Amino acid sequence: MKGIRRVGPPLLLLAPSIILMAVFVYGLIAANFATSITDNHTAAQATGQKPSVVVWFDNYVELLKTDDFQHSLWNLILFTVVFLAGAMIMGFIWAWILERPSKGEGIFRSIYLFPMAVSFVASGVVWRWLLNSNVDDKASGLNRLFQIVGLDWLQNPWWNHITFGIAAIAIPAIWQLSGYVMALFLAGFRGIPDELREAARMDGATEWQLYRHVLFPQLAPIALSALVIIGHMSLKSFDLIMSISTAANYQTKVPAIDMFLLKNSWDYANSAAVGTVLLVIVAVIIIPYLWWTNRKEDSR
Amino acid sequence: MKKNRILTIGAGAAVLALGLAGCGGDSGSGGGTGTEGGDASEVEVFTWWAAGSEKAGLDALVSVFGEQHPDTEFVNGAVAGGAGSAAKDLLQSRLQQGDPPDTFQAHAGAEIQDYIDAAQVEDVSDLYDEFGLNDAFPADLVDRLTVDGAIYSVPANIHRANVVWGNTKVIEEAGVDPNATYETIDDWIADLEKIDASGATALSVGQAWTQVNLLETVLLAELGAEGYEGLWSGDTDWASADVTAALEDFETLIGFTNDDRDGLDWPDATQLVIDGDAAYNVMGDWAEAAFAEAGAEAPADYVYFPVPGTDGVFDFLADSFTLPVGAPHPGGAKAWLETVSSAEGQAAFNKAKGSIPARTDADTSDFGAYQQTAIESFGQDTIVSSLAHGAAVPVAVLNDITDATSKFTSGASDLAGFQDALVAANAK
Repeated sequence: MKGIRRVGPPLLLLAPSIILMAVFVYGLIAANFATSITDNHTAAQATGQKPSVVVWFDNYVELLKTDDFQHSLWNLILFTVVFLAGAMIMGFIWAWILERPSKGEGIFRSIYLFPMAVSFVASGVVWRWLLNSNVDDKASGLNRLFQIVGLDWLQNPWWNHITFGIAAIAIPAIWQLSGYVMALFLAGFRGIPDELREAARMDGATEWQLYRHVLFPQLAPIALSALVIIGHMSLKSFDLIMSISTAANYQTKVPAIDMFLLKNSWDYANSAAVGTVLLVIVAVIIIPYLWWTNRKEDSR
Repeated sequence: MKKNRILTIGAGAAVLALGLAGCGGDSGSGGGTGTEGGDASEVEVFTWWAAGSEKAGLDALVSVFGEQHPDTEFVNGAVAGGAGSAAKDLLQSRLQQGDPPDTFQAHAGAEIQDYIDAAQVEDVSDLYDEFGLNDAFPADLVDRLTVDGAIYSVPANIHRANVVWGNTKVIEEAGVDPNATYETIDDWIADLEKIDASGATALSVGQAWTQVNLLETVLLAELGAEGYEGLWSGDTDWASADVTAALEDFETLIGFTNDDRDGLDWPDATQLVIDGDAAYNVMGDWAEAAFAEAGAEAPADYVYFPVPGTDGVFDFLADSFTLPVGAPHPGGAKAWLETVSSAEGQAAFNKAKGSIPARTDADTSDFGAYQQTAIESFGQDTIVSSLAHGAAVPVAVLNDITDATSKFTSGASDLAGFQDALVAANAK
């Protein structure tokens, strides 16, 4: 009885959230997985006019064997690496520059953070024009800018490039989310007590040594959470690619786009399989992180 | 304590107000309950005609509808974007959930096959008898629309997909005669090489679906009408040498096109020709409206002719309307289908949209010059179904062909790989 009285009220408070999560997150994940193990590939099966049978993991095997899906996965990895590296480096440098209190710091912080408020679709439309792949005579957008400034050799086909085109799509994403990373790191810098800096200076550390040996290590947890947040955002990216390059273009295919196209083709089973693959990839990153932070909390 | 009580009462009132706002459900656009004869109070028409000449056509149709059926209210369910891709996406979810619009637009032909398989559209053959459409539409067309003895859609117009549009000035400046006629694609390629050598973009094309549009005209030119139709019925082997020759022509033509094609939709690609930045563009005859809007005059500013090698063949596609299963206002839907298939409705709609009526008896005396030639061609030429516009194959096959084409034109696969992918796509 006493146990229930202790656990009861908190459980009751959490109950609505738990129920909603159970139904809309885990329930739907299960439904998605159930669809992906059937052979539901046509419109007739999708609407129940024809039966579909369980084929277990055939869909996954077929999917992972196809060249096109492997190309999508490669694009995803490339996009994630470029996006992560770019956003982390830019955000960290800006935070480092702004971490000393200075005049106009508020203005710069706002300027760097503003792009995050723009929707990917809206900025994608502008970036599509900027990343136009025409070169020389017919160039427009960034290629034309390079010509005007005299940096002709920098012109390139941007997202039209077969292997590395997806990295060009990472540029708008970096532009939009570096401000967020900067905000995280700035909070991290500000969270380090002043006594540590004074103590280091008293011990004779130079400014560079202060940063490298005292301050940066303290930022490791922040860097890790920034990595995880930006990482899972990049794994899910869809709207940016849709608005810059549209769904049908082979150069910029990623699994999220594959899922959308398969759904449009009434191939629900394969679409669900792609979704599950994406979920597994994201889980592989997030779950160890959560387990690691939990362990740290417990050990305190 | 009084302040606390006031705060509590205020918070409680706010919560109550929000709760009531959430509970007060909206009745949705449907409104009235259906009566046994079919509710005809309104009709929600789901199209992707939200801009340009397409919207002008829809507006013309709506005014005829207002005259013919003044008691039925027209509700515009148009969804903009991507030549219908956004609309089809929304339609798929609505039909799946059992919340169909009263009528929706779909390309006549194999595109409707998925809806038929999913039992989402009604058989409208009895409407054909009621409105006398079996006589008004050409027999060939009705044949193509019939699936297992039943008809599932009412066509509003006919478009032609195998037309070349050219900018007179750009062609002349390259030393080519804009009024030249070409027997085969190879003759045309010879002139395209001249234009390419002069520095202009010889052929403009846009993103994946416009490239598939180009591909189908090349296949038609190389294989002829019978061979082309055989691709869809299984009589022509996709792995044959004829198809390889057609794909080689396609490769040559893509070599003449603008580098930024994957970022352009069809209006942008056609605009390149209108603005004089490219010499030729292969596009369906909805491009005529773009030229008219720009104030261009044929043949002084622009020329048009069937894709070389396809003269005498009409590569058709038709926008048509269906009757979904479980439509909230079946009476309204039938009224709409009656207007869409009537002579006045088709005349008004097609004059504004730039296509030609499906009916043979509509009054087309005041249609534009291009449309008159199209009407003549439709009456005489061999008719084949368009691939890129849903008449020849179902959506899944078209998506696979589009993917293979995009992979090929972006350089990720060679010709053999492209042909293999096409074989695989059509093996479904």
